Amino acid sequence: MAGIDRKITARLQGRVGPSIFQPFYDVLKLFEKETMVVRRSQNFYVLFSLILVIFTTGLFAWGANLLLVIFALTLSSIFFVLGGFKASSPYSFIGSQRELVQIASYEPAVLLSAIGMYMITNSFNIMTIFTCDKPLYIPLAGILLAYLFILPIKLRKSPFDLSTSHHAHQELIKGITTEFSGRALAMIEIIHWYESIIALGIIFLFFSSNILTGLFAASAVYFLMSIVDNSFARVKWQKAFSSSWLVALILGVGNIIILSFLSK
Amino acid sequence: MSTPLFLIAFPLIISVILLFLKNNAARFAVVTTSFFVLSAASIQLASEYFKSDMQFLTVPWGFADHAIIAAEILLSLYVLFTGIRHKQKLVTLFVVVQLFPLLWFEFKGPHIEIEHPLVVDRLSVVMALIIGIIGGIISIYSLGYMRDFHEHIHKEYRDRRCFFFFMVFAFLGAMYGIVFSNNLRWLYFFWEVTTVSSFLLIGYKGTTESIKNSFLALRLNLLGGVGFAAAIIYLQTRVGTLELDKVMFSQNATILLPVALMCFAGLAKSAQLPFSKWLLGAMVAPSPVSALLHSSTMVKAGVYLILRFAGVLEGTIAGFMIGLVGGVTFFLCSCIAVSQRDAKKVLAYSTIANLGLIVLCAGLGTYEAVWAAILLIIFHAVAKCLLFLCVGVVEHKIHSRDIEDMAGLIITMPKLSIMMQIGMAGMFLAPFGMLISKWAVLQALVDFNPILAVFVIFGSSVTLLYWVKWMGRLLTVVGKQDEIEGTVRRTEWFSLGALAFLTIAVCGFFPLVAHSLVEPYIEEIYHRTVDMGHGNIVIMLIMLAMVALFPLSFLRYGKSVKVVDAYLTGANTPQGIDFYNSLNTPQQMDMKSYYMQEFFNEKKLLLTGIAVSTILILISVVSPIC
Repeated sequence: MAGIDRKITARLQGRVGPSIFQPFYDVLKLFEKETMVVRRSQNFYVLFSLILVIFTTGLFAWGANLLLVIFALTLSSIFFVLGGFKASSPYSFIGSQRELVQIASYEPAVLLSAIGMYMITNSFNIMTIFTCDKPLYIPLAGILLAYLFILPIKLRKSPFDLSTSHHAHQELIKGITTEFSGRALAMIEIIHWYESIIALGIIFLFFSSNILTGLFAASAVYFLMSIVDNSFARVKWQKAFSSSWLVALILGVGNIIILSFLSK
Repeated sequence: MSTPLFLIAFPLIISVILLFLKNNAARFAVVTTSFFVLSAASIQLASEYFKSDMQFLTVPWGFADHAIIAAEILLSLYVLFTGIRHKQKLVTLFVVVQLFPLLWFEFKGPHIEIEHPLVVDRLSVVMALIIGIIGGIISIYSLGYMRDFHEHIHKEYRDRRCFFFFMVFAFLGAMYGIVFSNNLRWLYFFWEVTTVSSFLLIGYKGTTESIKNSFLALRLNLLGGVGFAAAIIYLQTRVGTLELDKVMFSQNATILLPVALMCFAGLAKSAQLPFSKWLLGAMVAPSPVSALLHSSTMVKAGVYLILRFAGVLEGTIAGFMIGLVGGVTFFLCSCIAVSQRDAKKVLAYSTIANLGLIVLCAGLGTYEAVWAAILLIIFHAVAKCLLFLCVGVVEHKIHSRDIEDMAGLIITMPKLSIMMQIGMAGMFLAPFGMLISKWAVLQALVDFNPILAVFVIFGSSVTLLYWVKWMGRLLTVVGKQDEIEGTVRRTEWFSLGALAFLTIAVCGFFPLVAHSLVEPYIEEIYHRTVDMGHGNIVIMLIMLAMVALFPLSFLRYGKSVKVVDAYLTGANTPQGIDFYNSLNTPQQMDMKSYYMQEFFNEKKLLLTGIAVSTILILISVVSPIC
């Protein structure tokens, strides 16, 4: 997926772009590189973030409780943030601060998605939501839109690539990942992949009444993210925070209120 | 003597002994023995009563009722004279408004026969365990802490340690009184004892600020007391019962007004909006006071009372309003905590917020919500206590409460930082206790009213802002620093270690606790069980195990990595932590956290909160009349 993203980005920028398997090659190469640290323990945080995000993806695929999956994902993200703090460099420090603001920005919309799904399917269980034959994206349209809005924040894409970014356009050297190299940087890359899978997995759930529609929707959304990434300039973190809460409030909570009245 | 009576009487006796004990070694002996006695007795109580539903006890001494009335008069007169002496008009007013009507109705009003003055059920057991074990741990901590306080740090304050320990144990006795009282007049008396304890302990230092804040606490808690007194009078004259259990299970519509009034008292005691200011002011007190009264025990009495009436509040407008007060408090205070730099203020706002969450559940009153609320009480009491005690030690060593000054604490005070991180993780991180509770709260809310879940969602998104920022501050290390942990006292280490262990243990064993104490209580009151889902419990335990493995990673402590200096645009000085600026002179770099004050302005948010909550409370008290 990351490879496809890079290909699309390149084409949008008038380049040919690397092979879609390039990210794999990059990660393998990173593992061979020398690992340098500022504080000896900083990479442990990344390792645990990786372990936890793999565990979370496993939980998600297994069909566990959606709220628990979201909280487990937060746990993984927090380990990553703590790693940035541990690195004790000004760039990673600000990166971590911003990453925290980003998490606080997108959490409401993500949790509202879970609440919305519960209101329709009467369960937080992912397996139950998946096998529900009612199309969720119709009654949860507002929540879905709110989630789409915060998805670039979650995936750290423009206009919300505040804490770190994959591409050359960065503000803080490399933000939270400034002091990570070699193995740790490779692991961070892998963490991002898993995060994308879960993030898109939630989109899939919105459309899961029909598996094909779901897959198509998830791909379409990822394509959309790529385009958005290349179309917008970065916003200030204050704007990211206030706009995402406003969207979550109006679209997300509005959706829930309407559903609440309809079901009475 | 029955165990509950022993638990009430023993701390009171000890308190009198400690009042006259000046010798440090003797005090150490008495306090540590008391800790073991109280903990053992509380556990004994648990083993006696966890299998049975609500049980009633009588007091073997016939004069008990008269003794309590006499004590109440004396206490109220003391507060009255204190109010007059310090020219505190509102304090005087509130005492008069409570004391004289109560006495009038006591002697001239309809005589109410009290069948069962004392009660023990599983909720009392849970509270008793918290009071005994955590209260005891804090008392032991206080030995070392107060010694440093007077002998090294604050030599300017009058050494009133005898009085301090007297108050602490008197308070513990009163707390036991609250959780075992079935006679609402007795509950009210013990309630007022805790108010006065809080007042006296906040003013311990004797500075102008302390005295001012202690009167603020007294005023607001007395205001709550007025509500309580009004409820008692109403119950006596219009309803005809003064027993907690009869009120809890009453089907009578007239019960709602006195319940709403008692919840009003509960809201004041738990520092919910609009009463929150007193808890913030209470932070001037020494750390053990903050931990004991203002996070783990006294404020829990407020939510305990509201929780008792959850069954009555369920489905009513009054209950919904009270729940909303909790929700609004949770959201707004979590936001305010982000903007605070004073560690104790962050902890205070976090406490108020979490109590708000408990009030939200209690006000709703559904069986799932009450289940979540009890879990919240347990987890919060342990983790928050740990944090307050840690901050106390840190404050003594680095002479600052500013979070920004705690940078690099992981190197200067490694064991302490780790305990702080355990405490903080316990407050918000999966798979720890508070997270489990929040998960339970969300599940409970969606069934009832998803709109309430919105408060929890937005509030909890913000909590990680201030916790992780603080955790990160401890980890960020710039330059070499010396360890300053060596002078922490043994009593302090014992308490901190015990609490850190408890925070983790309570998480790991929460299925056991839930199964043996919480679920049967819910079953008893609501005749329904709560099922968390076996699979979910397994997942949480796996996560706990994984997080517990994290410290092991330090064994292979980065042996094969190359250590370099942080990137400072490539212009690092040989020391590595400075850099050469554009004028080619060495420049220090500094890192300060985000406090987002443009979003979370304390004054503005408090004002909004006070306005909104006042309206909600008015509705809650007026609606039962209509």
